Amino acid sequence: MSSINSTKPVGIEVSLAIAEAVKLAEVEVVAAYPITPQTHIVEHLSDLVANGELNAEYVPVESEHSALSACIGSSAAGARTFTSTSSQGLMLMAEIVFIAPMLRMPIVMAVANRAISGPLNIWNDHSDVMSIRDCGWIQIFAETGQEATDLSIIAFRIAEDKNVMMPLILNLDGFTLSHFIEPIIFPEADKVKKFLPPYETSHKLDLNNPLSFGLLGGPEVYTEARRDTDLALLNSRSHVQRIFDEFAGAFGRQYRLVETYKTEGAETIIVTIGSISETAMSAVDEMRAVGEKVGLIHIRLWRPFPVVEFRAAVAGAKNLAVVDRHISMGFPEGPVGTEVRALMYHEKERPRISNYVLGLGGRDVTRNHFKYIVEQVKSLGADKRQGGYEMVGVLE
Amino acid sequence: MIEIRFHGRGGQGAVTSAELMARTAIGSGKYAQAFPSFGPERRGAPVTSFLRISDIPIRIREKVYTPNVVVVLDPSIMGVTKVDAGLKDNGLLIINSAKPVEELRRQYGFKQKIATIDALHIALEELKVPITNTVMIGSLSKALGVATPDEVRCHLEERFGPSLASRNQKAFERAYNETKVEG
Repeated sequence: MSSINSTKPVGIEVSLAIAEAVKLAEVEVVAAYPITPQTHIVEHLSDLVANGELNAEYVPVESEHSALSACIGSSAAGARTFTSTSSQGLMLMAEIVFIAPMLRMPIVMAVANRAISGPLNIWNDHSDVMSIRDCGWIQIFAETGQEATDLSIIAFRIAEDKNVMMPLILNLDGFTLSHFIEPIIFPEADKVKKFLPPYETSHKLDLNNPLSFGLLGGPEVYTEARRDTDLALLNSRSHVQRIFDEFAGAFGRQYRLVETYKTEGAETIIVTIGSISETAMSAVDEMRAVGEKVGLIHIRLWRPFPVVEFRAAVAGAKNLAVVDRHISMGFPEGPVGTEVRALMYHEKERPRISNYVLGLGGRDVTRNHFKYIVEQVKSLGADKRQGGYEMVGVLE
Repeated sequence: MIEIRFHGRGGQGAVTSAELMARTAIGSGKYAQAFPSFGPERRGAPVTSFLRISDIPIRIREKVYTPNVVVVLDPSIMGVTKVDAGLKDNGLLIINSAKPVEELRRQYGFKQKIATIDALHIALEELKVPITNTVMIGSLSKALGVATPDEVRCHLEERFGPSLASRNQKAFERAYNETKVEG
């Protein structure tokens, strides 16, 4: 695609932009299986490999379980490795997902977030990735097409950093982000080469320096292996921000672990993840225009959770309205709601926290939903213990 | 910001129309976004797609509920879908129809301004297939003043390839010149 060799914005489908960014990252192996709404990403990558624009091995595997297995193999051989999936594909892959972090394989996986069955549904929510929340991968949520494009390059730099060496999931909302045509500025190829040098590691399968990966870990080492994996994940937090800063230095676009919008003087802060943050921002603008003291926090880095940055961002707020795109069946709050409440429990000044579930299985999320949420917050009584998520936009 | 909703049937190019307009607007320095109302894709089934064009960055990902403009790619859609739902009072309907405006108004009760174009006729003459997308964006471009034939040319080439692009370019230009806007 000739038009991407330009620093001017190009109108392009976000899925294709991600594939072009993965090409700019000079990925060496792609192993993937198509599934809606992720398909356009790997379809375009297979085109780029087939027509010689991308010098990589494309492995058209027979399932997602095989896709990630092949990725672990290629990453263990020292190759820069990418895959992508959604929903049922991620479910089928789950067995292997949990293995990659302990092996310290810096694989990058784009997950075009989609509801999981049943009922069968191909549309967007976060139930796929929330179901593997505790898998040990670095997990980032993209908000815009520009961000998804930039993060597709940044992701390799983070995952392969010598201080990190962890696999990374780049979440992007299926359809509502993956299938939008929007303006995207592509990072220049020569600058990408400088920002992201070729992947070199001694942590690989090498005949001259033999190592073993994926051995049995009995009761005498399993505990320590799990602790080490968690420490490695927790330790990556500061490096993620350092690499975001380096990207800003090279390309001028600054990303933060937790993003704030009009939170100064806000009594109520809406907490979101993913692409609904943009619609929420427009809702905040409209509410601010009529005098509502409301702001927004968008959690970009979901794992490791940016605890310090989050607490700093919400300091002073009276109310937190936390939005979830997934139900934690059998518990009164969604995953984001639960975690935010836990994080704030020991704070001296605890805000009132309420939790809203919306946008399941592709139900449109509108500015009015956020206005409704802020109205609901205002009507809550003094008892901060009242719990239970409210589902927004239910048709009765 | 201008909000536009396209109504067509699977295979007629409602999605491609919104995409081409967004790409052209972005190529000429504006902000734009285009997206389909996602569903199982079946030829002939009613399809909706959405387009926003703006001078400032667009930060909304909800569907278009109160459009400034509605584009009807297939006249038979008007019998099954209320195409003017939510259309702003000062909005515009651009309809693929050979019928007089008064007749459309009487039949469907449209209140807003209407532009018509016999897109099927132009598509069959220029493209030899009943696919009305480039014709309808020719009309839309004329009505909104957002994309000239010169601006759209490279995007048609990228989308359709050199041989099909020239025929689509001709269809676009004819619609651009032949569209009749009321008032």
